[in-house]
Amino acid sequence: METPNPNIKMWQGNVACAEGALAAGCRFFAGYPITPSSEIAEVLSLRLPKLGGNFIQMEDEIAAMGATIGASLGGVKAMTATSGPGFSLKQENIGFAAMAEIPCVVVNVQRGGPSTGLPTHAAQGDVMQARWGTHGDHPIIALAPGSVRETYDMTVKAFNLAEKYRTPVILLSDEIVGHLTEKVEVPPIESLGLTDRKKPTVPPEQYRPYEMDSSDIPPMANFGEGYRYHVTGLAHDETGFPTNNPEKIQAQLERLNRKIERYRDEIVEVEVQYTEDAEILVISFGSTARSVRRAVINAREQGIKAGLLRLKTIWPFPGKEIEAISASVRKIIVAEMNLGQLAHEVEWATRRSKPVVRINKINGEPITPNEIFNAIIRQD
Amino acid sequence: MDYLYYLRQDKMPHIWCDGCGHGIILKSILRCVDKLGWDKNDIALVSGIGCSSRTPGYVDFNTLHTTHGRALAFATGLKIANPKLHVIVVSGDGDATAIGGNHFIHAARRNIDITMIIYNNYIYGMTGGQVSPTTPAHKKASTAPYGNPDEPFDISRLAQAAGATYVARSTVYHVGKMDNYIGNALQKTGFSVVEILTPCPTSYGRRNKEGNGVDMMRYQKENTIGIEKAKNMSAEALAGKIVTGVFVDKEQESYLNRYNEVIKKAQSGV
Repeated sequence: METPNPNIKMWQGNVACAEGALAAGCRFFAGYPITPSSEIAEVLSLRLPKLGGNFIQMEDEIAAMGATIGASLGGVKAMTATSGPGFSLKQENIGFAAMAEIPCVVVNVQRGGPSTGLPTHAAQGDVMQARWGTHGDHPIIALAPGSVRETYDMTVKAFNLAEKYRTPVILLSDEIVGHLTEKVEVPPIESLGLTDRKKPTVPPEQYRPYEMDSSDIPPMANFGEGYRYHVTGLAHDETGFPTNNPEKIQAQLERLNRKIERYRDEIVEVEVQYTEDAEILVISFGSTARSVRRAVINAREQGIKAGLLRLKTIWPFPGKEIEAISASVRKIIVAEMNLGQLAHEVEWATRRSKPVVRINKINGEPITPNEIFNAIIRQD
Repeated sequence: MDYLYYLRQDKMPHIWCDGCGHGIILKSILRCVDKLGWDKNDIALVSGIGCSSRTPGYVDFNTLHTTHGRALAFATGLKIANPKLHVIVVSGDGDATAIGGNHFIHAARRNIDITMIIYNNYIYGMTGGQVSPTTPAHKKASTAPYGNPDEPFDISRLAQAAGATYVARSTVYHVGKMDNYIGNALQKTGFSVVEILTPCPTSYGRRNKEGNGVDMMRYQKENTIGIEKAKNMSAEALAGKIVTGVFVDKEQESYLNRYNEVIKKAQSGV
């Protein structure tokens, strides 16, 4: 009998998320039970203490987000996981993490909404909530995995980006990917490009926690390391203390937003298939992209020049990539389990230069390959 | 002692009004920390939103000014991530027991190793004097112009019922007691709560014709009864009185100790 490869696992997407977090160095998780994300909390409640880490089930979603930020400020890579309604509750503190520039990972395993919606069914209706759920102009990064293996990889990436850019990162999974079980070959840890936050190199009295340096990403001291500084959600200057000075506020908030926008090429990832000669481009993300792949292959088998563009990064939005890849197509189809949140952005990115056909479903059922195939062959 | 050693002098003047008691509490915290000889690098002062929650900005510790009501949530993560930090939360009555009420009772239940000092002035001061969960019934507030129809929380009793290992109440007038209670709370393992009654002449006293800060502190002086004495008094006799003292002082395994047991179990494969 062949010796089983210990790196081959049969994992659910949510398990891969938990395992990816551990591989990325996450040693703190705060959560609150919610379908369809609870497996992430369950796995981490079992696994974290084995590694000397901490799992805590908080009293509510808001507390879970707060504790995650607090732990990160204490120097531990930290994550929380939730689904739609819980994601809504976390928004104020996600804004705090963005404003105070505290790295953390927030997993949203999307379910049907609005409100309590469809707790056990998939949806992709939080595209805009991930971007604009918290108030005010702020940067955000959101990644959307399309498979179990990718959930692992993207959870690692989410931590790496959070640490590198001092920002909350949203892992925008969905119920299908979260509850799908697939074979995963766990990559070697050396291949994960593990990243830690940039530390200050100056003595404490010279430390400016929000300094306007050339990178736009200030070094971050953890609490207890001898840099006694102030962290607030109030508008603040380079020192971290609140200010009402309009010039300083404008400069800090512009830097805050610029720090993600200027590095967007390092952050944004898309996957393309059959796009070189495509006349019809199908754009999608997450679980829906799996149906798109089938539909595009079916179309190619019938000699129809269809191609696939899957957005692995949702925010910052891959507008530039969409514009370039769709330049020579005659029709764009956007398939998503919402009423057009992505399609709207695609139209904007392509300046409405092409017809954008929308395939939308919000009843909890996945969009089928046939529905997409029919849209590909339809003359419109 | 040298208060200035602990203060961020360049952040003065503070925002607190004439007659406000918050500065008295701040000095008490600093005296207690000084007496304990703690290193400033090892102290984290965490707050939410409100007048009291501006305290951290003035103090040369690791300071974290979070969202309204959520200081305990952030502080819980911080304490777990770095247990060597002495984590102190300062909060107001609205911050701690209205918007943050859930975190308050659960921090007490969980017995997380944090000291919480609640500045109770019966009012939302920063936002202009709205009614709070501790505004006494019938008292006026900017959102209770006909008198408060609600019954107030008794914060110390709430903390006691929720499981805190140390609960005490003082007023800012009774500085000796306040120092004593805060000092005890800081040394306690587990979740300790000190409720300090502090006058808000601007937003509460003025509207309720209770005079200026001195008048309001005189009221504290003349109407405070120790908890032992209060036990033998009728409800009528206690009407309008302030009961102070140590409500709870018990030994109970703290959250961090419990979780260390979890780690041991997990690592031993049991």
